[in-house]
Amino acid sequence: MTIASDDPRVAAAAAPPPAPPPGPPVRRRRRLTRNRWGYAYVAPFFVLFACFSLYPFLYTAWISLHEVRLSDIDGAEFVGLGNYTALLQNEFFWNAARNTLTIGVLSTVPQLAMALGLAHLLNYKLRGRTFYRVAMLMPYATSIAAATLVFAQLFGHDYGLINTLLEAVGFDRVDWESGTWTSQFAISVIVTWRWTGYNALIYLAAMQAIPGDLYEAATLDGASRWQQFLHVTIPALKPTILFTIVVSTIGAVQLFGEPLLFSGNGMTSGGVSNQYQTLGLLMYDQGWTNFHLGQAAATAWAMFLIILVVVGGYALLARRRARAER
Amino acid sequence: MTTLASAPQETVSVAGPVATPRRRRGRRAGKVTAAGPLTYVLLGLTALVSVFPLYWTAVAASKTNAELAGTPPPFLPDADLFTNIGRAMEEAPIGLAIVNSVVVSSCITVGTVLCSTLAGFAFAKLRFRGNGALLALVVGTMMVPTQLAIIPLFILIAELQWVDHLQAVVLPTLVSAFGVFFMRQFLSQALPDELLEAARVDGASTLRTFWSVVVPVARPAMAVLAMLTFLTAWNDFFWPIIALTTDNPTVQVALAGLGGGYVPDTAVIMAGTLIGTLPVLVVFVVLGKQIVGGIMQGAVKG
Repeated sequence: MTIASDDPRVAAAAAPPPAPPPGPPVRRRRRLTRNRWGYAYVAPFFVLFACFSLYPFLYTAWISLHEVRLSDIDGAEFVGLGNYTALLQNEFFWNAARNTLTIGVLSTVPQLAMALGLAHLLNYKLRGRTFYRVAMLMPYATSIAAATLVFAQLFGHDYGLINTLLEAVGFDRVDWESGTWTSQFAISVIVTWRWTGYNALIYLAAMQAIPGDLYEAATLDGASRWQQFLHVTIPALKPTILFTIVVSTIGAVQLFGEPLLFSGNGMTSGGVSNQYQTLGLLMYDQGWTNFHLGQAAATAWAMFLIILVVVGGYALLARRRARAER
Repeated sequence: MTTLASAPQETVSVAGPVATPRRRRGRRAGKVTAAGPLTYVLLGLTALVSVFPLYWTAVAASKTNAELAGTPPPFLPDADLFTNIGRAMEEAPIGLAIVNSVVVSSCITVGTVLCSTLAGFAFAKLRFRGNGALLALVVGTMMVPTQLAIIPLFILIAELQWVDHLQAVVLPTLVSAFGVFFMRQFLSQALPDELLEAARVDGASTLRTFWSVVVPVARPAMAVLAMLTFLTAWNDFFWPIIALTTDNPTVQVALAGLGGGYVPDTAVIMAGTLIGTLPVLVVFVVLGKQIVGGIMQGAVKG
């Protein structure tokens, strides 16, 4: 915690060496204030950042190289990469990684596709458009805990509304919680419910920025509405779509609250046969149920690496496609 | 730190590198075709699906399990709702939780908006060595999962004996990389360099300039950031359930306790969920239009 000094320059020095500023090259006039006041302005943020972000990240890396118990932190024993190799041989880790992947795909792909469709509908001239937008954003304002408790009730075996309705139309009751696919489907429904409207608004904002003459030109060329959607709207939305995919992926890798509360008993195992234990839940289980901090820290770093690899993969793909189109 | 403020999904999105730069103000942007009846039907269904689970909370909160499973299922709440709310408040300290959530979320909002505006202004308009690298560091933080910070933070608050104290939730959550980025994006467009130049020529000190030139321009973005931060802080789950126990909970911690298997009665759990969610839903209905506007605005800037 030596970093947490009040001197802004110390906080600034904690950063990697200077790189050219990112972002598009703005028409840059002589910048006005070329003084050191900049450090003073960023200081409050970076002091907090150093204490509560940077230092914990590095400390987590240190912990991941040690055998540490929550009860005896000073008695940490250096084990090198032992926690990581143990993780790779741990069937619970692979199970959680698989579950995180399937729930991630199940909750992200339909969600973004529906959001795109909804944004398209919202982009028409509508009566009462504020009503639809606000209603669609209600789930975003609902907390993970509240949403999960309600959906756990809806998906309940004996008293859940969904099973009642299924039975009414002649199907058998489904034991949503105990099946692998059914539980993962139900959890994906919660995620999809909470985020579809939000992403629809993001897409809508981007759609409204598409110049109208593009559509006029397409109409003159005889393009149908569907063709316009495919050949005008989607290409113009590409950066936004990539962005929402990245953000949803980052969220999906960390999925935690939904599988924790879906069980209805507060267990961190993610179901009796761990059928919906995600990486986030496994990490919590290792650290706070079994007190293996070293293992939990290694899992946390593994999650970060997964995010980096996946997002890096998207970036490469996007660049390659952009190049191919040129 | 974003990572603690919430899942990055919530934090990052609003000001992402989304923008199609050719936004044009005025009539030409977007296409304007009147919606057909099918559009209204689909949107109506979506609105129904979005709102129904919240309504169902009130229904389920007033029925016994047997009544819920009846055919046809009940679709109106009844007077037992209030009895069950009373029971939920006995089972879990929901009154205290709401007060705590208001305190925690307000502190986080004020702190985040202040820090973000200061830093966002510096990144948008001031030249200082390493500003690019520092900004890159801030943006990169948005990719870091919450999980990467919580073990050391837990050790830290245990050593400080802050477990169950509200500052344990407030302080780490104040760091919002998203907030800094959001304010930077807004100010680099909305704040003309001439204005700063004029203030300097008039001999205003840097601090003075901030209060009387930057803050007035930044106000709309600060309001949007405040609403989004408050919502995120109110709904934050992961770190609060580690830092607090049900002895001194926020709403989410209390709800996690209710859903944790100690209360066998679904109606009581649903009643607690309803009471814990109602304050933020009321705020949302009142400010919904502004929040929608803020999210859409944020998506295009950037």
